[in-house]
Formats: sequence, C-alpha cells, structure tokens
Amino acid sequence: MATEMQRQTTPEVGGMGHSVKRKEDPRFIRGAGQFIDDLVLPGMLWLDIVRSPYAHATIKSIDASEALKVPGVAAVITGADLEKAGLHWMPTLAGDKQMVLPTHTVMYQSQEVAAVVATSRYAAADGVAAVMVDYEPLEVVVDPHKALLPDAPVLRPDRAADKQNNHIWHWESGDRAAADAGLAAAEHRISEDIYIPRIHVASIETCGCVADWDAIRGQMTLHMTSQAPHVIRTVLALVSGLPEQNIRVKTHDIGGGFGGKVPVYPGYVLAVVASLTTGKPVKWIEDRSENLQADSFARDYHIHAEMGATNAGKITSLKVSTIADHGYTDAAADPSKFPAGLFNVITGSYDFPNAFVEVDGVYTNKPPGGVAYRCSFRVTEAVHAIERMVDILAHDLDIDPAKIRMDNFIQPEQMPYKTPTGWEYDSGDYPRALKLAMDMIGYDDLRKEQAEKRARGELMGIGISSFTEIVGAGPSHDFDIIGLKMFDSCEIRVHPTGKVLARIGVQTQGQGHETTFAQIIAEELGFPVADIKIEYGDTDTAPYGLGTYASRSTPVAGAATAMAARKIKEKARHLAAHLLEANPDDLVWTNGKWSVKGSPDRSKTIQEIAFAAYTNHPQGMEPGLEAVDYYDPPNLTFPFGSYICVVDIDKGTGQVTVRRFVAVDDCGNIINPMIVDGQIHGGLTMGFAPSLLESMTYDENGNNLAGTFMDYLLPTAVETPAWELGKTTTPSPHHPIGAKGVGESATVGAPPAIANAVVDALWHLGVRNIDIPLTPQKIWAILREKGVTA
Amino acid sequence: MTTKHISVTVNGEAREADVEPRLLLVHLLRDVFMLTGTHIGCDTSNCGACTIHLDGESAKSCTLLAVQADGKSVTTIEGMASGATLHPLQQAFWDQHGLQCGFCTPGMIMQAAWLLKQNADPTETEIRAGIAGNLCRCTGYVNIVKSIQQAAGELAPSEDAATEAAATIQA
Repeated sequence: MATEMQRQTTPEVGGMGHSVKRKEDPRFIRGAGQFIDDLVLPGMLWLDIVRSPYAHATIKSIDASEALKVPGVAAVITGADLEKAGLHWMPTLAGDKQMVLPTHTVMYQSQEVAAVVATSRYAAADGVAAVMVDYEPLEVVVDPHKALLPDAPVLRPDRAADKQNNHIWHWESGDRAAADAGLAAAEHRISEDIYIPRIHVASIETCGCVADWDAIRGQMTLHMTSQAPHVIRTVLALVSGLPEQNIRVKTHDIGGGFGGKVPVYPGYVLAVVASLTTGKPVKWIEDRSENLQADSFARDYHIHAEMGATNAGKITSLKVSTIADHGYTDAAADPSKFPAGLFNVITGSYDFPNAFVEVDGVYTNKPPGGVAYRCSFRVTEAVHAIERMVDILAHDLDIDPAKIRMDNFIQPEQMPYKTPTGWEYDSGDYPRALKLAMDMIGYDDLRKEQAEKRARGELMGIGISSFTEIVGAGPSHDFDIIGLKMFDSCEIRVHPTGKVLARIGVQTQGQGHETTFAQIIAEELGFPVADIKIEYGDTDTAPYGLGTYASRSTPVAGAATAMAARKIKEKARHLAAHLLEANPDDLVWTNGKWSVKGSPDRSKTIQEIAFAAYTNHPQGMEPGLEAVDYYDPPNLTFPFGSYICVVDIDKGTGQVTVRRFVAVDDCGNIINPMIVDGQIHGGLTMGFAPSLLESMTYDENGNNLAGTFMDYLLPTAVETPAWELGKTTTPSPHHPIGAKGVGESATVGAPPAIANAVVDALWHLGVRNIDIPLTPQKIWAILREKGVTA
Repeated sequence: MTTKHISVTVNGEAREADVEPRLLLVHLLRDVFMLTGTHIGCDTSNCGACTIHLDGESAKSCTLLAVQADGKSVTTIEGMASGATLHPLQQAFWDQHGLQCGFCTPGMIMQAAWLLKQNADPTETEIRAGIAGNLCRCTGYVNIVKSIQQAAGELAPSEDAATEAAATIQA
C-alpha cells in the first residue's frame, strides 16, 4: 500500500514533492512555442468553412461557381463531393455518427456546409463569402423536453426504423426499488429540479490542423490540436482506409485543451480530404466565433433529484432522473459502457444506503454536446446536484451545512468504500479536509458575521462543497473508447551517458508533463530532472495511449512511467551485480545507486550502470537499458476536497462578489506542488466561470446567443477571486506512486460552493435553488420578486 | 487586389512589405514576418493574445491594420529578451509558474510590460485591472499577478532601471 510520500531526492535531482520549475517554459516565455497556426509548410493551402445561418434547414442548392472565380481559390468541397467517397458522415467517439458536410439537411446554426481551399487565409475567406447556398428552413427543436414529445420532428431520420424519435439512449445505475423504498420510508424528503447549462471550454487557442499528404510515399501527416493523437490515428485509418503505419499524427504545443480538443471535428477531416485531393499541405484554423458556435459543448443536464433523510439529518436515499441534451449527435468522449459518463458517482462523499440514477440522452438542433469543460465524464453535474441537495436538506432541517456533511460523510475507516452505484472509492478522509477548510476560513466567525449582517438586512452567504472526484479511466474490464481499452503507456530509454529519453502515451496541453513525468523518473531512478527529456504527441514515436483528458495522465500514464522505471531499476540491479561481482539479491537501492548490503562503499550509480549497459554487459544478458510499460489500472482514483466560499450580494444590482474562497484538495501524493497549485487555481477559475458568467444559450430558432467573447464571458483577472489553497494527503493505495489526479477537481468542486453560498445568502427570503450562472440579472429579479430593495 | 508598400521597425530591425490594405497587423507579423510568438485567440479584441507594443504603447495587433503600422515601431515578445538574458517579466513568469499552456503568455507579458511602464509599483488591484484585457484560461491569474509583482520588484529599485527596461522594450 502506498503511503504518504516523504521527499527522497535532493532539489538538484528533483523527484517527487519538489516544485521544479517547468522545463517547457523557456520556449513559451520567448514566444517560441510551436502552436498549430505557427506551422507553415511549403506550398501550403488554406481551408475555410462555409457555415449555416440556420439551426435546421434543407439545403436546396450550393453554387460554388462565383467562389471558384475568386483569385487564389483552388477548390470548393461540398457534401455531395464527400458522398462520392463515402466520407460525408464520420463516426463519433460515442458510437454515434456525425456529418462531415451535410448532403441534405443542416442540423445546427454554424454547421459546416462547404469548404473552400485557397492559396491564402484571406483568399479562402473571400471564397467562403462567394459560395451561394439556398436553404429552406425547417422546424427547430431547441428544448430537449419538447424533443421527446410524440409530435416533435424526428431530427435523425438516418437512424434505424425503431429509432425514429429523438431519444438517443437510456442509462441507469443503482437499485430503483431500493431507492424508491428509501424515499417512501424517509422522515423528510426533498425534491428539486437543477439545470446545469451548456458551456464551452474556449481554450485561448482554437482548434486547427495542417494535413500533409505525400502521394509518393503514401504518407499522411496530420499536425493537429488533439488531446488524444493515437485515437485519432486509429480512427483516421479506419475511416479513410489509409494504412495505419502511413498515418502520423503530431500535436506540437497545444494552447489549452480542457476536453475541447478530444473530438474529431469536420474541419480536420476536410483538411485531410483537401490535402488528398490537391496533393498539397492544407491548413485549417478556426476563428473564435466558429470555435464557440460549432465545437463540442459540455453539460446541458436537466436534473431532477429526490433525497430522503431522517429528521435529524441522516440521509437515507437518493433518486435522480436526468435529461441530457446532446445536440444533433452524441459526440461525447465517454467510455462505451458509460454514455452518461461517471454521473453515478452522484452519491458523492456521503454514506448513502440506497441510490438510483437514470439518464436519457436526447437530440436537439444544437451542436454536438456532452463533451467536456475540464471534466467530460459528468462528474461536475453529479457533484453539483448532490452538493446542492445536501445543502437544501441542511437548510430545510435547520442544521448547519457543515454539520450535516460531517454527519453523513463516508468515514476514513470505511475505505475502500463500495457505493450503492457500484464504485469502489480507493481512499479518502473527508472530515479532515472539511475541518481544515473550516479552520482556514474561520467558519464559526463567518456564521456570526452573517447573523449580524442579516439582522442589518445585508446579504452574505457561506457555501460549502465537499466533493469526491473520480478519475483515471480506466480499468480495461470497464473502460474503452470505441473499443480501445483505456490503458496508458511510457517508454524509457537510458542513453550510455546516463541521460534519459522518455515517451508517454498522454499529451500535455499546459499541464507540464515534460516536467512532472521527468520527476517521476527522477524519483524512481535518481537521474536529475535536467537529464530527462519527455516526448509525446507524435504517433510515430510515442507508445500507444488514450491521451490526456478526464484527469487521467498521472493516474494512468504516470503509473506506467513509474512501472517502466522500475523495470529499468530491476535490470540495473543485475548489471550492478555484474559490475560489483555481487549477488543481485544482496544489493540495496538508495539515492540512485545499487549498493552491496552492509557495504555502502561498494556501489554503482545509475549513470555508471547505464554506461555498462552499452559497454560492459554480462554475457547472456540483453544489452541496453530500456523499458516500456502499458499500464492497465486496477481501479480509478478518487481525489476529493472541501471548498468554502463567502459571497456578498449587492441588493441594488444583484451582483454576487466572491469575497473569499478556500479550497482544500487531496489528490494523493503530489509530484510537483507548484504545478498542482496551478492546476487548482485554473480549475477553480473554470468552476467560477459557469457559476457566475458563462452560459451558451439559444433562442427558440436555435440562434446561438453567445457566439463571441463579447457575449460568452470568460473571467478576467478582475472578477477572479484570489484563491486560498489548503491540502491534505491521502495516497491512493493502488497507484504505484500513491498519486491520484488533480486537473479537474477544482472545476468539479467549485460551482456548488458558489451556488450554495448564494442560496445561503437568500434562503431566509424563501429561495431554495437558483440555477447557475448566478448573473446579476437573475439575482436582481429574485430580489425584487422577494420584495428586497436597495 | 492592390497593395501598399509599408516600412515597419520590428524589434529594432527595419522591415518592408507589400500588403493588402485589409491585412491585419497580427497577420503581417505572423504570416509575413514569421514572428509567430504573437498569437490570435479571438476575433473581437477581447482576449489580448495578440498584444504587442506599437511605438511603445500596448496595442492589440488583431485590431490594427498592417498599414497603420507604416513608419512605426513594433515590439513583439521575440524582442523582449536580450540574447540569453530574459526580460525580468519573462523570468518572473517562469519563476512563479505564471503560465501553463503558454498561449496567452506572450500577450500577457507584453501587456504587463506596458502596465509596469505606466505604473512601476502597482497594487494587486491595479495589476488585475491592468491585465483585464488579456484572458488566460489556465492559470486563474493568481500566479500571473505574482509574476508581475516579482518583475515590478526587480524593475523598481531605481527609476533608472525602470526607464532602462522600458527602453529595452522599445529597442
């Protein structure tokens, strides 16, 4: 069992627990990163896309004749062109299918309708403006509840005869009868509708690619913004028929991912087709409006939750029914068995005897949804629902929200803990994290201040969220994406001079893998971080892996890295035994050396051993010092935390100000504390954003109302709180280095803390629930309705 | 389409180009001069990834035409370090983990340099307001603020040093 890590290495070596400065930064601070739009290849053409102004319409005709007259325009590609090659539809990672270009019907506003290829960025845009498309608008379905009515238009007539409706799938987990019985027997029962709105990751770099077809060599190189390059290579091989060894996907530097760069978008495929047909490299780069209006979206969950409890506040049962709006196709990147992701982690940090969860996926005239916003597997939706429900219960029963959590937490001694929906939590100490958060923020004093302010008519709220995350997908018996098992990998090569090249199956888009994965190797083998180079994102060289999303890099590829290093350490032991003329069983490993037990002077450093592996290996032993590991995790990891938020509400304007926000996180053993803090800062900000600002909304005609940064409001440095962080450490018992994952914890945990604080400030006015985002307009209207004036 | 001949001093070097009048300054820098450190993150002037200095003042290069830079001086992120010596802001962003994906970083550093030129000793509130036109999706701004504070501390000791740093930016 892994135990809490004490630092084993010196700062010069920089193993686990050291805040090593990032190895990737020198290029970024000089503007020398290599992002996709920085790539220019000789003879390269540009691709731009004609998009639909309608959310649902029949395409009557597409006239490209004027566009083809525009100087510089080389080609116009339509759905009819693709249909000839059978490429007008493509599979989604969720097993649905998606149009590359429509042949008859557009399904959402800004959908790709045609592509223009030209000799420059500007000529391609001119060509787009000159393509004439004649549309006949159709009835638009925006509301997923209406989509399920019998008279709703069938949006996907391409589906099987028995599926001529807008219902995609039904998924359930837990015991319905037991949950119903638990609710029926409960002394106190609450019921609430909670909507988690559609949001968009909006990484500051948009998506793009350069497709480079070499007809002579039969080689397709696809430089692209992808969080999962190997999956893309395999999908491309299956769809295009090109042999997989002749497809190379390269990612370069990625300007933020957050899940938005997992799916395959039509633009990528169009660039590939354009390169195949023109024989030249073709670049496609989205602009921001295209990115916001057409790329995959997250959330959009309409949740109905019921919870039972005793009058003393002991929770007894949970039942949740959800309508999931997936837009016109299910393009989620969830594992095959989990169309609603890991939403059944909804029992959270609490010891529920009974629980039942069901989700129904629905088609609407919106872009593909259900993908990601720094958490694709529906954990954010689950955590929001359970943390709101626990808070409502506390207020209903007039029990302090901290006490009701403490009274219902799964206790550390119950770990590993089996949930009523089938998960086995690996480790956790929930009371310790909440206690630390309460101490850090001065919880009792804040409650006193709140009482005084309320007496004066001022609106102040305190909100808690004690979340449990579920990351590290995942064990192969349960987890695959389009059939590919969700293992991950690392290959380590130790060079003769004692320097290291390691390649990983995951991808960094800002997480700092070049540094943290080097630290894992430094910890295991004693090579200084400075001597270790980490590579990724080139499918010709990196071992196969499923990529970086859902906080899986450290739990899965991090484990593979430690295991590969241990294989090297074991071979090094035999090499050292040869060099020291000792029995391998008599050697001990300390500080990057194998030494003879009891004779520390008789030792060989890992660098000496590396040299010997190439110059003086024993006869009969395989020369060299390399290892690869494909790690199939035995379980997921379950990071957790407790967040407390203090808000003040302006009665005149409805403006919510987050005065303080304390975040206590536990992600197991930490590789690099500085980077973990950075991940939490960023995650908190991406939790804050949909709580107060961001929401992708549509009018009844399916028009996107937040299609630019003028309307889709990302937090600036002004609104973003000065986050206060705390930590506890509860290692994962099954992970080789006791680590969990951390990238998404804060995004998952923050929104209910903020929502709970706002409702806490308004509960005495008769407010039970307000759906995020908690905009001034929304709060102002509630205050006026409740008779509150400035 | 007709073109116009322009002359621009970029990072101290005289450059010339024949450009379409509609060419954006950011595309001149990136696509014509191949200075790809200046990035594009939006099309509405909100994100600030394209921030450069035009005649010493902070400007969003996606919101200017290349012809507007004719006869002027442009400093980009590539002009901030002098050889192997990083600008104090570059060093501070590295030291303080003020970047993650690195995409907003060049614009953020250029804006921060302008901010410190205007106000050598800004408060945290002034720093946050000063970078409100630059969006970062990764860091939550905490460490960006710390980075700017570190650089301000290093640039502040003497008026001369601050002036010199500002001159370096323009040079």
